[in-house]
Amino acid sequence: MILTKEQEAILNGEKGETLAKVMKTLVMYGEAFEAEKLVPITSKYNHLVTSFGLKVMSPVYDLMQQLLDAGVASGQKFSVDPRPLDKNVPANFLQNFVFNKFMYTKQDFYEKQLVELGLMSEDAFTCTCYMDEVENKPKKGDMLSWAESSAVVYANSVLGARCNRNSGIIDIMGSIVGYVPYFGLLTDEGRKATWVVKIKTKNKPEAQLLGSAIGMKVMEDVPYVVGLDKWLGTELNDAACAYLKDFGAATASNGAVGLYHIENLTPEAVEMGEKLIAEGAKEYIIDDAELERVKNEYPVIWKNPDAKPKLCFIGCPHLSLEQLKSWTDNVCEGLKKSGNKKVLIPTVFTAAPKVLEAFNKTEYAARLAETGVVTSYICPLMYMNNPLCKTMPVITSSNKLRTYTSARYYTDDEILQAITKGGK
Amino acid sequence: MKTFKGRVVTPGEVTAEAVVTTQGFNTLASFQMALQFGDKKVKCGDQNNKELHGKPLIGKALCLPQTIGSTTGGLVLYCACAMGKNPACMLFANHIDSLAAAGAVLADVWVDGVTMPVVDCLGEEFLAYVKDGMKITVKADGVVEVE
Repeated sequence: MILTKEQEAILNGEKGETLAKVMKTLVMYGEAFEAEKLVPITSKYNHLVTSFGLKVMSPVYDLMQQLLDAGVASGQKFSVDPRPLDKNVPANFLQNFVFNKFMYTKQDFYEKQLVELGLMSEDAFTCTCYMDEVENKPKKGDMLSWAESSAVVYANSVLGARCNRNSGIIDIMGSIVGYVPYFGLLTDEGRKATWVVKIKTKNKPEAQLLGSAIGMKVMEDVPYVVGLDKWLGTELNDAACAYLKDFGAATASNGAVGLYHIENLTPEAVEMGEKLIAEGAKEYIIDDAELERVKNEYPVIWKNPDAKPKLCFIGCPHLSLEQLKSWTDNVCEGLKKSGNKKVLIPTVFTAAPKVLEAFNKTEYAARLAETGVVTSYICPLMYMNNPLCKTMPVITSSNKLRTYTSARYYTDDEILQAITKGGK
Repeated sequence: MKTFKGRVVTPGEVTAEAVVTTQGFNTLASFQMALQFGDKKVKCGDQNNKELHGKPLIGKALCLPQTIGSTTGGLVLYCACAMGKNPACMLFANHIDSLAAAGAVLADVWVDGVTMPVVDCLGEEFLAYVKDGMKITVKADGVVEVE
């Protein structure tokens, strides 16, 4: 890798041993991908994936402390993934004991570290930092040092920014030195599609199911999706962006997709069309039978597969304001039809603190509260990441949550029916 | 015995018993429960990986195409190394992915006294040949011997 004099000086320790190790990490990381140079980060803010103060992750906090002790705070302010705990979310005595006294005992300590390192604001905890309300939305062409798989794939695909699927810790190291290694999704070549995915379903495919199927098939490759504009239109409006958010999160968690192109919709596909497709690209055709096959192969790991669900999470990744409103309408309508006053399964809608703040200013908030649904800024994945929740029958329409926990996946319509009418 | 030649990502020499996955290795899903709740054998917790689910990972030669999933993957791998609960080595059939590379590099630069050789680009033939329980020796130059 060819470094500038300034980068070389940092690597040689002229600005201290710790900063030299940060630079060495980035150089080795880049060299693993034959990167020839480091390029400046151009986004206003960074986004970090590590938001949780898990006792077991002490090596992470020790490393962060080394950075702080050496005075090498982030050059950019940043948002970070959601907090793992919220009193609004139902939890029994034992769960609260395990969360607060055993698992997340480092939460306060780590949040103090985040503030010292450059957290944007005290409520900048969300996986959907690119929502207008949160104000961490990079411009097309911006070079990023973000982590969080669902945010990276959204920034690349829907916003047209450039970011690799960076790991936690690597994310902040980029903004400490102000550079990222130039490889992969930062380059024009790396953004070309090596798969053409043709959508041939009779109805609009479920975002989280379609993303799962594509992620499992293409792994970390870039898919160019044909035929989805028939269902989403050709304008990146609120509904299309929300769909792509959920679709992308599933591609990234069920596979390792960092960028997708949707014909006639996402910015680079609109600009370049089929010129984005690499020579020799493979083909994957998705029809209703293929989506059904994928869904039927999800393992059910509940102890009793017929158990009555005890909790429902909607919002992984966090819901947008428009999604909160449409879910409120749907739940109210569903309850009206079934003759029930309240949801039949304790249900939590999760969204960014700033999005919830905006939602709470609308008339929808009171209507939703009447249904018994609670809202939270929590990370459902972190909530469920323990043996107590593993034995708990939880349902979700998030394929990401399904992937990492024992939560069982259902489509949005199935979830709506379960919480408003009962049964599947 | 069969020999394969790959590219050294992080250096080292080791001999260990193989555990093999032919699908993407989800680092977070595989390690999270074992690291959090003190599973000494570090059994793979990924319910979606039928080849590895429930099998011990600590001290094994983990043979895989690439890693997938959450971008916490690299720091989870880093923590596994810092806690001494890592595989003996990681052997990739494909080019290494960005999350695994981050984890390997972070461990190499920031963890004292831990060596986890990582070799990539071993080819599809490597993954087709190697099976659970085979003895694997990794040489410093990226040569991998499978017995």
